[in-house]
This record gives sequence, C-alpha cells and structure tokens, in this order.
Amino acid sequence: MRYEMPTTAKAAAGLLAKEKGRAFVLAGGTDLLVKMKAGVVEPDLIVDIKAIKGMKDIKKSAGGFVIGAAVPCVALSENAALTKAWPGVVEAANLIGSKQVQGRCTMSGNLCNASPAADSVPALIAAGAKVSIISAKGSRKVAVEDVTTGVGRTSLKKGEFVTAIELPAKKPKSGDAYLRFIPRTEMDIAVVSCAVNVSLDAKGMITKARVVLGAVAITALLVKDAASAIVGTKLDDAAKAKLAAACSAACKPIDDKRGTVEFRTEVAGVLARRAAEIAYARAGGKQ
Amino acid sequence: MSLDSMNPALVEKHFKVIGTRVARPDGVDKVTGRARYGADAAMPGQLVGLVLRSPHAHAQIVKIDISKAVKLAGVKAVITSADFPDHTQGDRGMMDILENCMARGKALYDGHAVAAVAAIDAATARKALKLINVTYKILPHVTDVDEALQIHAPVLHPHIYTEGLSEKPTAASNWNKHGEYGHGDVDAGFKEADMVISRSYKTEQTHQGYIEPHSALASVSPDGSAEMFVCTQGHFVYRNQCATLLGLDANKLRVTASEIGGGFGGKTHVWAEPLALALSRKANRPVKLTMSREEVFRCTGPTSSTSIDVKIGAKKDGTITAAWAELRYQGGCFPSNWAELGAMTAFACYDLKNVKTVSKDAVVNRPKTAAYRAPSAPMAAFAVENTIDEVAKAIGMDPIDFRIKNAAKQGTKSSYGPVYGPIGIGPTLEAAKNHPHMKAPLGKNMGRGMACGFWFNFGGQTCVDVNVTPDGNVTIAQGTIDVGGSRASIAMAVAEELGVTYNQVRSIIADTSSLGHNDMTDGSRGTFSTSKAAIFAARNAITVLRDRAAKIWEIPASEVEWRDGAAHAKGVNHGNRTPLSLKEIAAQAGQTGGPIAGHAETVADNAGVSFATHIADVETDPETGRSLIKRYTVIQDAGKAMHPSYVEGQYQGGAAQGIGWALNEEYVYGKDGRLQNAAFLDYRIPVCSDLPFIDTQILEIPNPNHPYGVRGVGETSIVPPLAAVSIAVTNATGVRQTHIPMSPPRVLKSLKTKKK
Amino acid sequence: MGVHVRSTVNGDAVEFTCPEDEVLLDVLRNRLGLTGAKEGCGTGDCGACSVILDGRLVCSCLVLGAEMDGKVVETIEGMADGAKLHPLQQHFIDGAALQCGVCTPGFLMAADALLRKNPDPTEEEIRFGLAGNLCRCTGYDKIVRAVQAAAKEMRG
Ligand SMILES: Cc1cc2nc3c(=O)[nH]c(=O)nc-3n(C[C@H](O)[C@H](O)[C@H](O)COP(=O)(O)OP(=O)(O)OC[C@H]3O[C@@H](n4cnc5c(N)ncnc54)[C@H](O)[C@@H]3O)c2cc1C
Ligand code: FES
Ligand code: FES
Repeated sequence: MRYEMPTTAKAAAGLLAKEKGRAFVLAGGTDLLVKMKAGVVEPDLIVDIKAIKGMKDIKKSAGGFVIGAAVPCVALSENAALTKAWPGVVEAANLIGSKQVQGRCTMSGNLCNASPAADSVPALIAAGAKVSIISAKGSRKVAVEDVTTGVGRTSLKKGEFVTAIELPAKKPKSGDAYLRFIPRTEMDIAVVSCAVNVSLDAKGMITKARVVLGAVAITALLVKDAASAIVGTKLDDAAKAKLAAACSAACKPIDDKRGTVEFRTEVAGVLARRAAEIAYARAGGKQ
Repeated sequence: MSLDSMNPALVEKHFKVIGTRVARPDGVDKVTGRARYGADAAMPGQLVGLVLRSPHAHAQIVKIDISKAVKLAGVKAVITSADFPDHTQGDRGMMDILENCMARGKALYDGHAVAAVAAIDAATARKALKLINVTYKILPHVTDVDEALQIHAPVLHPHIYTEGLSEKPTAASNWNKHGEYGHGDVDAGFKEADMVISRSYKTEQTHQGYIEPHSALASVSPDGSAEMFVCTQGHFVYRNQCATLLGLDANKLRVTASEIGGGFGGKTHVWAEPLALALSRKANRPVKLTMSREEVFRCTGPTSSTSIDVKIGAKKDGTITAAWAELRYQGGCFPSNWAELGAMTAFACYDLKNVKTVSKDAVVNRPKTAAYRAPSAPMAAFAVENTIDEVAKAIGMDPIDFRIKNAAKQGTKSSYGPVYGPIGIGPTLEAAKNHPHMKAPLGKNMGRGMACGFWFNFGGQTCVDVNVTPDGNVTIAQGTIDVGGSRASIAMAVAEELGVTYNQVRSIIADTSSLGHNDMTDGSRGTFSTSKAAIFAARNAITVLRDRAAKIWEIPASEVEWRDGAAHAKGVNHGNRTPLSLKEIAAQAGQTGGPIAGHAETVADNAGVSFATHIADVETDPETGRSLIKRYTVIQDAGKAMHPSYVEGQYQGGAAQGIGWALNEEYVYGKDGRLQNAAFLDYRIPVCSDLPFIDTQILEIPNPNHPYGVRGVGETSIVPPLAAVSIAVTNATGVRQTHIPMSPPRVLKSLKTKKK
Repeated sequence: MGVHVRSTVNGDAVEFTCPEDEVLLDVLRNRLGLTGAKEGCGTGDCGACSVILDGRLVCSCLVLGAEMDGKVVETIEGMADGAKLHPLQQHFIDGAALQCGVCTPGFLMAADALLRKNPDPTEEEIRFGLAGNLCRCTGYDKIVRAVQAAAKEMRG
C-alpha cells in the first residue's frame, strides 16, 4: 500500500486517476481505517486530502457556506454563523461517534462512505446541499441526494472525489432539525432517523418542506409525500399525523442487529413528527 | 478459637487503618500510563501470534492444509489440534477446555479456533492465516436454549447423556445436567395459597465486556522451562491448566500476572494462552498473542442465555405458601452447571416453607461460557423478583412490605440447603424502605422498581507472605489478582495488625514460582480470603517479633506483648522497659535469628453470604420504547468495608453492568448461527451519558468467619438490577416485562399487546 | 516500503519509520515505547487509545502513523509535570476513579481535552464529553466526580 499526501486537488485527482489498483481518499479515516482493520478493504493507494489547501476551511459567502471536504465535524459546531443558519445539519454532524471521532470525521466522508445510517446525510439533503466533485478532467456539482446509490456505493466515478459541501443561504423564516433513534444516549449508529427543513410565510403557514429519512432503505429517502402532508399547514395535529403516516409508508427497512422492520417503520413516523416540531419552532412558527 | 476472639469486629470496633480511604499502591502507575497490562510487555525476539477461527456455527473439520502458510517467509510456526496431544488423563473438564482452545475434528461455534500461526510481524501472520485452507462439512446448528432441549435438535456431542436423572437416558442429547433443590411440599403449599402467579421469562446472552482484551506473552525454552506474562484473574490456575494441557511440569512454567484490565469472571480459564505456549514451543521463540475485540466477543466466555418459569403462591396476609421454578440455561458448546447455580440462588432471599427449583443445563453452538459476576444469579433474580412483585400487587400489598414479611433471617433454612447465620437481607430491605429515594416523586412516563439479590461468596485456597524489611517496613506477597484495589486493602489489614501506618506496608502480586497455589480472584473471594490469610500471616510475624524482642531484652516471650507497632514488656519485672519499635527490632534481625517474616496458608471457607436491595427509577418513552435510568440506589451488606471507596466502586460497577444487561446488552445471532454484533458499537454497554450517579449505602453486618467481619462484596451488586430495572419499566409502562434486555424494539412491541 | 515521519510527542522530537497502514496507536506502543495508550477495540469504540493530536482529542487507533509528519501528539505519559501529577490524575487516585485502570489513560486524556475547552462543565457536559470512553468497572460515578473535583481545583 502507498500513502500520498498531495497539497493540491489537481494532484490528488491525478493520483486517483492514475492508480491501477484500489485507490481510496482518506479524510478523517473513521470509516476507512475501521474497514482496513477488519480486512474489508485493502487499498493499494491512500490519498490523504487533509493537506490540500482550503480543504479544511469553512467559507461563508452570499450564497451560503462552502465546507471543505477535510473539515472535521467538531469544527462545524465551533462556527457560530453556520450553527445559527443550519442547526439541524450541525447537530446531525455532531451526533457522529464520540468527541474523539468528532475530531477527525468529516461530512464528506460520511456521505462518500454511503452507509444508509449516515447521520449528516439526511440533514444535508433536507437542507438542499450540493457537493463539488473534482477529477483530472474538471469539476461538477450535484445534489447530495444524487451521491449515494446504494449501500457503500456512490455515483462518483473513478478518479473523482468530493472537494466541498455547499449549503445554501438560509431563507428567512426557515428552520431545520435532525433526530435519530439510538438505544443508548451516545456511541450508536442510527436505527432510524429523520431530518426536516421547513420555510414559513408571515402567518406561520408552511410554504416549503423537505423531509428525509435515514436507515430505513438502502439510501437516505427524500419523502415528497411527507413534505406535502405539512405544506399549507401550521403543523397542526392532523398534519403531524399525516406526516408520520407518510414517513412510515415510505420506509423500506430491513430486520438487522440494530432494529426490526416493524420498529423502524413505526419510529420513523414518531421522529418525523418530533423533528418537524423542532424545525417549525426554529423557523419561528408557534403551535 | 472462639468466634468472639477471632472476630474483634463483634467485640470492639476501634480500627485505625481499616475503614479509611487510603491511596492504592498502583494508583500513580495507572494514572501515568506506566502500569503494565497484558499487551504492554515485550520479550527479545518475540513473534506475533494470530488465530484462524471457524466461520461456521457447527461443522466437521474435514481437512486443514497448512502447507502454503508454513512456506511463507517470516512464518515461524503453524499449529493445529495435532500439536496438542491429549495429556488430560481422562479429565473431561480439562479436555473440554483443550477442545475449546483448539477445535478437535469439529468446530462447535462461530469463532472456534482451528489453527494458529506465529510470524515475525502482524502483516505476515495475517497473510499466513489466509494461506491456511480448511475444508468444512457444515452441520445443522442450534443456538437457542429451549430449541437445544427439543428432541429433534441437532446433538452437539455424542457422549453427553443427561446427568442427575434417576435413570440414565437412552440417547445422547444437549441436556447435560438435571438438578433439583428445595424442601417442603410445594403442591400442598400452592393449595394453601389465595393467589398463585405463574410466568415465563427469557434473558439473552451477555459478555463481561472488560476493556482489556486477553493477551499472553509466552516463552518456552528447549529445556522445557517456560514463562508467561498474561492478564488473568488467576495466574496459578492458568499455570496449572496450561501445564496440564501442554504436558509441562507446573514447577517449570512461571506465570507472571500483568495488571488486569477487567475480568468479571471472563479471565478465569484459558483460551489463547495454551496456543501462545504451543506456538512458542514450536517456533522456539517468545510469542505474543493478543486477541482483537472481535475475538473477545466471538471466542471468549460470555454468560448464559436463559429461559425460566416461575410460580409463586401467597396468602392474602402476605405469607408465601409455595415457590417453584424451572431454570434452563445454555452453557455454550460444553457442559456446564450454570442452571444449577441459578436454581440454588433463585429463592435464596426468602424464608420459605415449601420451595422447589429444577435446573436444566444445556449445550448449544455458542462459545463456551465463563463466569460473569455472580454467575447465573441475575437471571434467576430477574424471574423470581418480577413474580414476587406481581404476587404482592395481586394481593394488594406493597412489594417492599411483602418482601420484608418473607425475608430470610438468621436460622432460616435456605432454599438451597444450608441454614443461614447472621445475614443482611432484612436490614437492606428496611434501609430501602426508609431511603429518601423511595419517597421521591416520579415524573411523566417514569416508574420505580426495587428488587433483592443474593450471592454465596467463596473463600478457597490462599497463601500470603509478610516480610519485614531491614529498615523496618513491610512487604506482602499475595497470590490473588488485584482487580480493583485489593493490594491496598490487604496492606491495610497487615498495617492494622502490626500497628504501623499504611504507608509502611506494600503488597505485590507474586508470580507462580514465588508463592504456593492461590485460587483465582472470583466468587468475591479476593479481599475476603486474602485479607484473612494476610491477617494470620501478620499475626505469625508478630509472634516472631515478640520472640526477637524477648531475645533482645533477654526475657521470656510470654512477657512481651505487641501493641501500637511496638513490643512492650509486661509484668512487674519488666514493665518499665522502653518499648521496642518494629524498626528497632528489624535493625537487629541479623543478630537475633535472621529475617523476620510471617506466612499463612488457608482454605478460607464461610465467606459469608451477601444480600443487596436496589432501587431504580426509569423513564420509558411510550412512542419508542427507549428507557433511561434516572436514579439508582444500591444498598448492600459488606460485613465490614475495609476500604469504603473500593466497596462503593464494586457496588456501582456491578449495578452499571446489570443496568446494561437489563436495557441493551445482548448477543445477536443470525439464522446462520454467526454472531452479528462482535463490537462495542453494537454490543451496547452503558456509556457515561447513559447513567446517573449511583447512590450507595453500605451496611455492615459482620461475617463471623472473618477476623474483621468482612464479607465478599464484588458480585452481589449485579444480581438485583435486571429485576429492579424491569420492574421499573413495568411500572412505567403498565406492561410486565419478561424478556431481557428490554431493548426499545422489544418494549415497543410489548406495549402493543397492552393496546390491543 | 514504509514512511519516514518526524513529529513531536510530549514535547520531544521523534522520528520513526512505519508501514503505510500502521496506526498511530501501534507506532506509540510498539515503536516509541509509549504503552500508556491502550487498545481496547482498535475501531474507535472504546476511547482507551485516546491522545491529543494538534490540540484535538482523537482515537490513536483511527489515525495513520504516516499522517503524523509535522504533527504534535500528547499522550498520558506527558500529562504529569515531572513528579507532580496533573490535578486530574491526583483526583482520579484520591477519588477512587479507577478500578482496573485500563480505561484510565483514555479518560484522563478525554477529560483534559474537555476541561481545556470548557473549564466549568456541567455534569451532563462531562458525561457527554466522556461518552467516547468506555469503563466497565466503575459505573462512571467516581470518574465524573473526580473530573468535577479536578475542574474545581483547576479553576482555583
Ligand atoms: C466509533 C465510531 C462511531 C461512529 N458513529 C457514527 C455515527 O454515529 N453516525 C454516523 O453517521 N457515522 C458514524 N461513524 C462512521 C464515521 O465516523 C462517519 O461516517 C464519518 O463521517 C466518516 O468520515 P471520515 O472523514 O472519517 O471518512 P473516511 O473514513 O476518511 O472516509 C470514508 C469513505 O469515504 C471516502 N471518502 C472520504 N472523503 C472523500 C471525499 N472527499 N471524496 C470521495 N470519497 C471520500 C473514503 O475513501 C472512504 O471510503 C462512526 C465511526 C466510528 C469509528
Ligand atoms: S482502541 Fe481506539 S477506540 Fe478502542
Ligand atoms: S477502571 Fe476498569 S475499565 Fe475503567
């Protein structure tokens, strides 16, 4: 195995493109090194992206935030502007692992690892985030929901990697929230999770919503029916019941060591309702 | 010796050192990273050992081809069961241990060792494992205890015929042992009852979850002498087992115990150690074999999963008229008697006229189980205490008053046979009743549960050396492993006896060639038995000290008494002499007869049974089934708390383990018989944010069989939590919880039954 | 094969060569003789291997040795000031916050990192701050209390 630590994105893309064997990007390493230890992956080349200029920066622009692919999740919560604008995303990213894991793990790694239970992914999708992807041939931007295609699978092509995640500017009277269900209070992988992002009009009526479920299908699910269930409402009880039902209906979970189909389906609805309440309150809505 | 003279705790309570909270001798090393645990040592030229394990739950090993692995550069030894000829001389228990260390002909569980390698580094060893080619013929498997007991279940061992039945069965089965305990006439008792409740319960398999994986560093010389540095709860036991299994002489195998990073019963017999020794013997170099966390979960000794039926009858006035239980435990792939132990403990808290327990021990395709802190008792208490709670409520009595009314006391004939001496069940219940916790208000979705627990406690073989150094200080060599501060407690006992300060006394764990045999630290025997031996050793040293003082003074030893750390001459003739301190006597040892020491070898029986009562407040989310512990109180009898902080620590640690078991810890096996959650991320032991502070109350009802009244305290604290927490969840949700752990999916499902 | 690395460990300049896939924990334990950090799991789940890397708490089992060039590492061996124990170390001993002690180095590093960021944490902040460190012996009670006591002393 070779280890490279390029200082430019171009050089990194070049290394990834040239490698004939199995090449892996290394961000925080909190998934990659675990898989290497278990012998599940055996890289021929590791390209560490942490020394690439700008990759560890969080930039605020008129259009929102650009979060470098090597920004450890703990740094997100240390950024006051980001935390104020996208509390749901920052909370989701800060649910990953422990303080120790927080010091290393990245949202880009969380996304590219493509686990259905990844915590930051539903929140990013709900927020309408995009990713910047670079390769030796050039760069492109795609919506976060278009990155993961299956368990451990992404739409990234050989030689491509993520350089940043872009969060849009926060709209007035909007709010986001993310909740996950774990049996313990920390150090667990989500059994089911839900992110909600809502925008309100002056009267507190929901005008736009994005509702995303995690850990109930092979990828995070953007549930349009769940969003329609609450758009045009003030999140009254009937709307919440419809939201919960739509979420439960959208689940395509499996039975595994972490939970059952029955449990995931039911709790998806419960979390959706609770997350919606938080997002609605954050948007300035009063129930 | 009369009881009173042996037990000053009963006649005078003026301890100077015992009962204080001194700093432990290994403290600084442990907070600075200096302390050496199992994996922290190295020997010159050492190799890395790794083990190849079966991916199948049950399979015939048709062939093992090691030829490619042997040829890989850097590989120094490859071993299989062929390297372990049978030296057990018909000892079936030892044979089971050997077969567990390395499969012989059949893999009996997912993770069963089939071969091992030693190589110059880990990468080479890993490569070598991949080059070993094992041909398996997969056999049908069974992992559930009730299924294993069915007639059509796949039979693991053709030689197991149920033991303990009046007639030998006609066919081999997985039911290895039948047992019965009790007295009186339960049928008649149930007829007398106004209310009879029967319930069935299940508990899943859990692991001790010690943070330090097993590690052994072994070196065998061509002349047959060997040494091993290893983390263990009993290095003498490991020495004896390894010597037997490898055909070595016990006197030539010197085992040094590392600091131990937790055991709780899981480091009481050998797993990888014989492999490390065999690899070293074959490679002719030291070999270090350290398990990965995955191996610890898959291949060491977790505790039983169980299935238990309980029936209790009572009169309206609260008298229990009869109690019956059948307990079925799986012991993993080799015979055990865990169900029997569970049957003995099940009703031990109560004074019963008619009681009967039946035990069925079974083998299944899971790892060979080991002890886990008060082994077998927590599951039995879970089933019995829930039924007790239900009966009390059914007859309209407060469950705590119901327990107080039926509690065992001095003179009670216990459900497993012996008659109790002075015991603490009544006092812990009274203390619980009066505890502010019992009166604190409960919030929304909250419930409170309380439950009792019992453990036997063990004594066993112990020996201790006390040596006075020329400068007048004292060293102790003990042979029981210090798992949580016992070196401090032992030094305290010797300081107390000699009348010197704690700082003048230091205790170390001697290696197996420096001291006689010692049983391991289990059964809560560590501090109980070792302090008892240490006290006797110190008293023997005092006899020597008095002799030496007598020599110096040239008076009869009978005219010398020892008090406050010095020899005092007594009587009209000598009473005015200036006392001789330990330091002064030690300084002249060379002239008065040589080194000053005291030894003691004992079988410390009558460890003093132990009881506890716990109170738990739990909040259960009715929409997700998730439970959180909001408040927890442990009340337990310690006999005498030698070092109160360490006693509290045992109470808190046991309670936390029990809480984890009650809520989320379990082995999850797939349909293929493979363990699915062999990692801390999915085997969910409590993390810091899962728990509140755990309040403790130490009661001291002296054990008449220890000079200071000490009882074992290490284990009982894990017995009540499964019951206390499940009763709390039952009270929070209104649905009786009968399946441990009460994981959110399980609780949520149980709530559905209520809604219907 | 192997990468050559220069970094600073507990204030000392160190140099080592390690295979590309070797983790920092193994470098510390097997190459630099610093066995204070323990391997409880090797997969980030237990925190026994915790060290502070460029000011951030990490699991040394989830960092490559190859990444260490130019980096600054603090381990348990560097916590005391010569013979004088750090207040956290002293309170762990005095408050019986360790039983077997194998988790202790990790807890001390995590508690140190926590108090540097938040000198006056609530009980809840301590509990969540230490949730990445498993202890099987103590039930955490005395660990939390020792951190509270040390924090109080350090605030003066
Ligand atoms: C103890 C522990 C607890 C955990 N708990 C959680 C949890 O609660 N929730 C959760 O969601 N996850 C959890 N995880 C998983 C992991 O921490 C997260 O998925 C984390 O966000 C991964 O980020 P990373 O930077 O460490 O990824 P890495 O391990 O560096 O990379 C992960 C994968 O993505 C690829 N990759 C990384 N960056 C890029 C990029 N820029 N472009 C293309 N490919 C890339 C890598 O090649 C690799 O295949 C936990 C892990 C551990 C060890
Ligand atoms: S060894 Fe690194 S977290 Fe367990
Ligand atoms: S003291 Fe043993 S694991 Fe914490």
